[in-house]
Amino acid sequence: MNHESGGVRPTRRRIIDWLLGTAVGGVIASIVYPVLRYVLPPKVAEAQTNSVMAGKLSQLPPNSGHIFRFGSKPGIVIRTPTGDVRAFSAVCTHLQCTVQYRSDLEQIWCACHNGHYNLNGINVSGPPPRPLTKYKVAIKGDDIWVSREG
Amino acid sequence: MGILDRAYRYLDERLELQPLVEFASHKEVPRHRFDWAYYFGGLTLFFFIVQVCSGILLLLYYRPTAEAAFESVQFIMTHVPFGWLVRSIHSWSANLMILSAFLHMFSVLFMKSYAKPREMTWWTGCLMLALALGFGFSGYLLPWNKLAFFATRVGTDMTSKVPFIGDWLMHVLRGGDDVTGATLTRFFGIHVAVLPMLMTGLIVLHLLFIQRQGIHVPRGATEESKARPGMKFFPDFALREAVVWLIGLALLAFLAAYFPWNLGVKADPFASAPAGIKPEWYFLFMFESLKLIPGHVLGFEGELLGLGAFAVLGMFWFLIPLLDRRSTRGERSPLFTAIGAVALAFIAGMTLLSFLGVFS
Ligand code: HEM
Ligand code: FES
Repeated sequence: MNHESGGVRPTRRRIIDWLLGTAVGGVIASIVYPVLRYVLPPKVAEAQTNSVMAGKLSQLPPNSGHIFRFGSKPGIVIRTPTGDVRAFSAVCTHLQCTVQYRSDLEQIWCACHNGHYNLNGINVSGPPPRPLTKYKVAIKGDDIWVSREG
Repeated sequence: MGILDRAYRYLDERLELQPLVEFASHKEVPRHRFDWAYYFGGLTLFFFIVQVCSGILLLLYYRPTAEAAFESVQFIMTHVPFGWLVRSIHSWSANLMILSAFLHMFSVLFMKSYAKPREMTWWTGCLMLALALGFGFSGYLLPWNKLAFFATRVGTDMTSKVPFIGDWLMHVLRGGDDVTGATLTRFFGIHVAVLPMLMTGLIVLHLLFIQRQGIHVPRGATEESKARPGMKFFPDFALREAVVWLIGLALLAFLAAYFPWNLGVKADPFASAPAGIKPEWYFLFMFESLKLIPGHVLGFEGELLGLGAFAVLGMFWFLIPLLDRRSTRGERSPLFTAIGAVALAFIAGMTLLSFLGVFS
């Protein structure tokens, strides 16, 4: 009964343990890996929109704003009290709510956590950490065309 | 011989029930001046059962797609007989369940019931509270209305701030880059399959631990509970718990019938977030705290600091059974009573101030 201490058996047992452990590990990995990959949604190629018609100048009086669709994301085009037309991404840099134009404040405002941006899209108060992404504006006749910068 | 006796005889012959009945008839609950706190866990369980039942009823008509979800809830509320009531019950009971779980948690905290050997009861309880909040968050999106849309956008964006896996986590939750119909379908699956399964498993563990260890008697009441005879679990305690459940049911019926839950307007991904947008009350204390933090604090993004602070506090809360050495040794532990009081005051205070409109 004493050959267990002979040194051979423990080594053999270690090898078997190792094989078993690796096999179990392999089975678990071959289940977990596909599941992890499955729950992460596949990238759907999204046609990058570079330029859209954001609205009509005649429908955008000074000191007002308007949300438009820029690809899959909302954008905001504003007309400053002095009549300039500017466009930004409408996605708040804080936690991604959609901002709006507040004519009473003459600012862009996010309702979610009371974030304020000035007429240049610069974050001026509240939790937003960064300015809104700025877009290029071109007026063609009555149409406001917005495109990505650079 | 009555039908009940016959049924019992039938089962007993086959399953040998006698020892179980014997065991149950000896089960006792201690009596002392804090024993009223023993009813909150059961009350939470009651609201969970209501959620399961009313949830299954809603499933008969609800459709989890961006195109149909809002309309299907509208249909439930306007065309299905008592549909408005079923939905209202599900919404109100969700709130009452979370309220009751909070009360239960603070009562066991102040009684120091978490101390060794009951650490695992506390931990399963903490996990259940997290699941309950997960139920609230995932269920909130299902009607696909404007408030829910932005609440989900904000809430899921927060997960992207988790170090290393944040982006992965957000994509998994949203089922893509943004909150869309894919998010709705995922939240639906989480709400009606994943969370109920986990919750049920944890409830079983939680109750098993309590059954194994016996209910805890707080330090200040040991003398008293030794002096007074215990209360039989069957029928005395069970009947009292039944009265508590009936009170819960009455409150629920009153709220659901007199304050039917609103549906709001359908989500529009291309509309601005409406003014006055707020999460459900049980997230308000975090919501208002995060709102107070400016965009940058000492060069760090404010949001990150705020969320990090809440994560650390949550971790601390979870680990209380290990940190409170005095309770483990059976000594008085005024520090942790004070910590509990501060936490309670902060949560209740911020929630109340938010309702009063102090932060808007
Ligand atoms: C969310 C659903 C929950 C349900 C259905 C539930 C249910 C129960 C029930 C029925 C009891 C026994 C009676 C009582 O002490 O009230 C109990 C005890 C307990 N619960 Fe919960 N509970 C929940 C959440 C929580 C939470 C959030 C915590 C704490 C983080 C917690 C911690 C405890 C502890 C430590 C005990 C032992 C009390 C003792 O032995 O005196 N539970 N729970
Ligand atoms: S999401 Fe805009 S301020 Fe928070």
